[in-house]
Amino acid sequence: MMAEKLQIAGRVLVSRMIFGTGGFTSLQTMAECLKLSGAELVTVAMRRVDPGAGGSILEVIDSAGCDVLPNTAGCFTAADAVFTARMAREALETNWIKLEVIGDDKTLLPDGPELIVAAQELVDDGFVVLPYCNDDPILARRLEQVGCAAVMPLGSPIGSGAGIRNPYNIAIIVENSGVPVILDAGIGTASDATVAMELGCDGVLVASSISRAKDPAAMATAMRLAVESGRLAFEAGRIPRKLYAEASSQFHGMADPTAPFDDSGHKAG
Amino acid sequence: MVLTLNGETRELPPGSTLKDVLAILGYDSPRGVAVAVDGNVVPRSLWDGFDLDGGMRVEVLRAVQGG
Repeated sequence: MMAEKLQIAGRVLVSRMIFGTGGFTSLQTMAECLKLSGAELVTVAMRRVDPGAGGSILEVIDSAGCDVLPNTAGCFTAADAVFTARMAREALETNWIKLEVIGDDKTLLPDGPELIVAAQELVDDGFVVLPYCNDDPILARRLEQVGCAAVMPLGSPIGSGAGIRNPYNIAIIVENSGVPVILDAGIGTASDATVAMELGCDGVLVASSISRAKDPAAMATAMRLAVESGRLAFEAGRIPRKLYAEASSQFHGMADPTAPFDDSGHKAG
Repeated sequence: MVLTLNGETRELPPGSTLKDVLAILGYDSPRGVAVAVDGNVVPRSLWDGFDLDGGMRVEVLRAVQGG
């Protein structure tokens, strides 16, 4: 069975995983994991860096046949994020932007009001905006209303690996969203990604859980399977949770070895 | 002339253009690089003829791992 495809801003994506590149110790490991993950959208950040420092991440992404998704990581204000998005568009020739505006560097949680201001300005400027947001159904709705192409609620803080702390809010966001919901941040291991997909998320962004795993390549494979598995399970439709048992084998026709024998040697009815 | 390049004070020959600055920095392949002057993005097509003046703030960013 083939699962349905993810579509963002009219673009069909084969994989429901977006690959975050932060935390890899080498570009070689990243390249291997990228291939194993099956992802086709790959995040990058924009920084002041000397040319040639650490090799070119763009070459790795190109040779994997993937497309780059720049982000505004590290921005604390709408103005900084808008500037960074415009620099990314010029540098990478894409109008897609993963918008991040964070509130402080301890929690790295999104700053909702700044996020909405930045999203509005970037949408008006022709960007396809994918905002990293809190697991807040109202904020997600506001971001959709200003024209974001998807919403990216967090499962838990970036890099925490704490999984999905509020699955109920994620379910509410999924139920009410008219744009794709991509779970971003907090994935710690494969089952977290599966839960996100089973909740009905359209995709997940996976970064630290692969790059900081003891065996990143093995985790990249695990994540690919987890995302596919979770999506299939979502589409298949889980059975409802019940308090009591519901027998999976019928009772009719069962043997009754403990029933007493009658005079003819047959068991009594 | 003296200007600010990625937050550092730099001395450059008078009459330098943005393209000259990038060459000095070693960006011979400008793919994946974006430039802003005084907070405004300067499109690639304008780098060649973009004359710099003393006191300008030049930002050069490129794609790195992240997110």
